[in-house]
Formats: sequence, structure tokens, C-alpha cells
Amino acid sequence: MMKPRIILDSKQFEVTVTRLCYQLIEVHNDFSNSVIVGLQPRGIFLAKRIQKKLSELLKNKDIKCGSLDTTFYRDDFRKKELIPTATEINFIVEDKNVILVDDVLFTGRTIRAGLDAMLAFGRPNDVELLVLIDRRLSRHLPIQAKYVGKTIDSIASEKVKVEWKETDGADRVTLLSND
Amino acid sequence: MTKLSTKHLLGIKDLTADDIQLILNTAESFKEVINRPIKKVPSLRDITIANLFFENSTRTKLSFELAEKRLSADVVNFASASSSVKKGETLIDTVNNILAMKVDMVVMRHPNPGAAVFLSKHIDAKIVNAGDGAHEHPTQALLDAFSIKEKLGSIKGKKIVIVGDVLHSRVALSNIFCLQKLGAEVMVCGPTTLMPKYISSLGVKVEHNLRKALEWCDVANMLRIQLERQDIKFFPSLREYTMLYGLNKSMLDSLSKKIVIMHPGPINRGVEITSDVADSDQSIILDQVENGVAVRMAVLFLLAGRA
Repeated sequence: MMKPRIILDSKQFEVTVTRLCYQLIEVHNDFSNSVIVGLQPRGIFLAKRIQKKLSELLKNKDIKCGSLDTTFYRDDFRKKELIPTATEINFIVEDKNVILVDDVLFTGRTIRAGLDAMLAFGRPNDVELLVLIDRRLSRHLPIQAKYVGKTIDSIASEKVKVEWKETDGADRVTLLSND
Repeated sequence: MTKLSTKHLLGIKDLTADDIQLILNTAESFKEVINRPIKKVPSLRDITIANLFFENSTRTKLSFELAEKRLSADVVNFASASSSVKKGETLIDTVNNILAMKVDMVVMRHPNPGAAVFLSKHIDAKIVNAGDGAHEHPTQALLDAFSIKEKLGSIKGKKIVIVGDVLHSRVALSNIFCLQKLGAEVMVCGPTTLMPKYISSLGVKVEHNLRKALEWCDVANMLRIQLERQDIKFFPSLREYTMLYGLNKSMLDSLSKKIVIMHPGPINRGVEITSDVADSDQSIILDQVENGVAVRMAVLFLLAGRA
């Protein structure tokens, strides 16, 4: 039986996203040479949320945000059932500062595939990783996020569920465990 | 539904409607990939594919080869004209020899109907049928369905007429199966001599008057007259065929609605359709060719993903 434990409720969720935005502004100033790329399928919700919040904070309506599907770059597509989703990047990442965005950083394999997939759109000047939840004990690859919403210690059999207002009715992160 | 129900692609007949939808949806993602500045993904970098063409082909062979290369597969090509087939080697021996060199997938075109099915029972590799005689040409039907969906938004409820040499056409049979599984209405149109005897048992309408057929349909798929397969005369002359079943611009313009024109290629310009029809804005012939690469990438990707 999976017992849910709330990691972020909707209030904390909002605070965390806002804090991540301020951290981004600290590094990227007005975002004139920076772009956001959300990893499909679940990273795009966070990417869109951050884009919206940054537009409010910077009073700049032109913050570029794309979505990237990594299915064809994965090393495990023969072991898992994967459905490709849309890639939509309407800008060139050549010489840009790219912020890759995903909801949960777990094994690091999605990010590895995302880095490869992004190279099809040019050679970025700089790539950073932003995640909402970092499951720091479960990494298979040497990948770390620069901006982290919340770090949690969880074991592989546990599941992190991120819910979004847009699709699930409320912003919430829960940890489901098997005991 | 994220996996195909079959290990090989031998014909549309063996696919479920879900399989076809899965292939078309995956092809949409690949169409986006082949329009990128870098048109290549590494998905099949550990896979070797042999293209065995026992019959001439330009489009299908190039299209498969491009699809394979854009998925980063290793490709070996084989054309029967320059091979030991000429010395009398059997199909199974030829293929087993190629498989002994560790090939994972085989894309095969063969003049005999059922060659792909036969092969799938005797060898241990994934088979993609790229046309077997007058039987099936599944990837052509899939790319036709993809192109219709792209142009008209959906296939369900649409009316599609297949005009011409249905008797000798593998494209016709695969198209009939595919479109019917996706919920379209299909009609065949042509001279009685070029209609298979039991064609209506497949649930298609049969019409012998081209104008009536075109007035009925949303999409007309104009087949090529396959002179190389016609060992006897099926109609008095090409000129007479063109008069009765060739589509020209004045007939196209006189129809009460704008229909979509397709052709599987190669076109006999001036026989089944005139040049101004083939190059008109109602024709999606070149879109079909572009979509062919995306659809074949989807088929290879999904078959490779099946353990």
C-alpha cells in the first residue's frame, strides 16, 4: 500500500517557484541571451510556470521557452514503453545560455538524453539545469542541478509525484512509499 | 497502447487500428525531427538493417535508406541484379547468409506475393515488407494515411477512391485495409479488366465511371498503370485508357468540390494524370514522399523497440 507524504503543498510550491525565478534573475539578468527549455513530458509545466513568473518579475513578455522531447535519444527505449511527445523549439540555441528544466531529477538519464537532443538545435554557450525536486541518492550518472526547488532523500522503490494546477487541479508534490 | 502488436511489418492486414494510430502518431514526432537543422537521432545506433531489393525501386529504397540513416542505424544494401541470386541461390540461403553477418532487421522487396511472410517464418530477424508482388506494400499505405490525415485533419468518415490498375497494385490492397481500419469509405475505379474478381468482398464500392467516382470522393489516389506486370493486353491502348481513366485539369476543375490528389509514384505523366494535375495545389504527391521518410522511421523505431 502506497502511503503518500506531502513534500510541497500549494503554498510552498508557489514560494519555491518564485525563489527559483529570483535565483535565475541573479545569474541571467534580463534574459536577453538566455532561453528556457522544458523536458517533455512533465518538465514543460515547470518551464511554462517559470516563464510566466519571470515575465511578471522582469516586465518582459519576450522570454523564450521551448519544449524538448528526449524519447529518440534515450538509452532505454527498448526496455521501457515510451511515447514520444512534441518538440517545439522556435529559436536557435546557438550561443545562448540555456536553462534545462525538469520536474524531478532522479537517475539523470533523462537529462543526459536531453543534453544530446538539444545539440540538434545548435551549440549553446552555456547549459544549466533547474529541477523542482532533486532525489539526490538515486543518481546513475554524474549530473547535478544548479537550481533546486527541494532536495529529498528517497530510495528507489519510493515514487515522487508532482501535480500541477493545469492538469491535476492543484500544485502539490507527494512522496509515495511502499510500507 | 505504446507497443505494436506484431514483431514484423508484413502487411496492413495483420495490424490493428491501434497499431496504425501508434505508427502515425510516432511519425508525427519524426516529421518534426527531419525538419530540424540536424535531422538525425541516435535511437538505432546499435542496429544493423539490410535492405534487400529483389525488384527495382527508387523511392521506397531511398526512403527506407534515409529513414535508417536518420535513426543512426548501420545499413547494408543488396540489389538482386548484381548478386548471387543470379547464380541460383534460394531466398532463404541468401538471407541467412546476410543474417550470419549479424543483421537485426531486414527490409525486403520481392516480386513474389507472400515472400515476406515466408521469410518471417524461417529466419530470426525483424522483417519489414517493402512490397511483395501484387500483395501488400504496408509502408506506402501508412504514409498515404498519414498524408491524408495531415491534409484533411482526420481519416474517419472520409471518402477515398483508388483509381486505375487495382489488379496489379499492392498499393491498392494495403490502402484498402489501412483506410478501412481507420474508418474511411473506400471505392475502387477502373476498367473491369483491371479489377480483381472478388474485390467487392473486401467491402469496397466499385465504380467504372471516373467522373462519378471523383464527384463522390474527398481524395483520389491515382495508381500507375503497371505495364511491366501486364503480360496480356488489359485495354486496347494507353490512349484509350487515358481518355477514360486519365485525370486532367479541366475535369478536376469541373468537379463540384476541391478534392485531394495522390499518387504513389512513379508517375506516368500524361497517362493516369496530366502534368498540370500532378503539379497543382490540390496534389500532395511530394508531401507523400516527405512523409514516407517519417513514417518509415516510425515503423523501424517501433519494431526495434519490440523485444
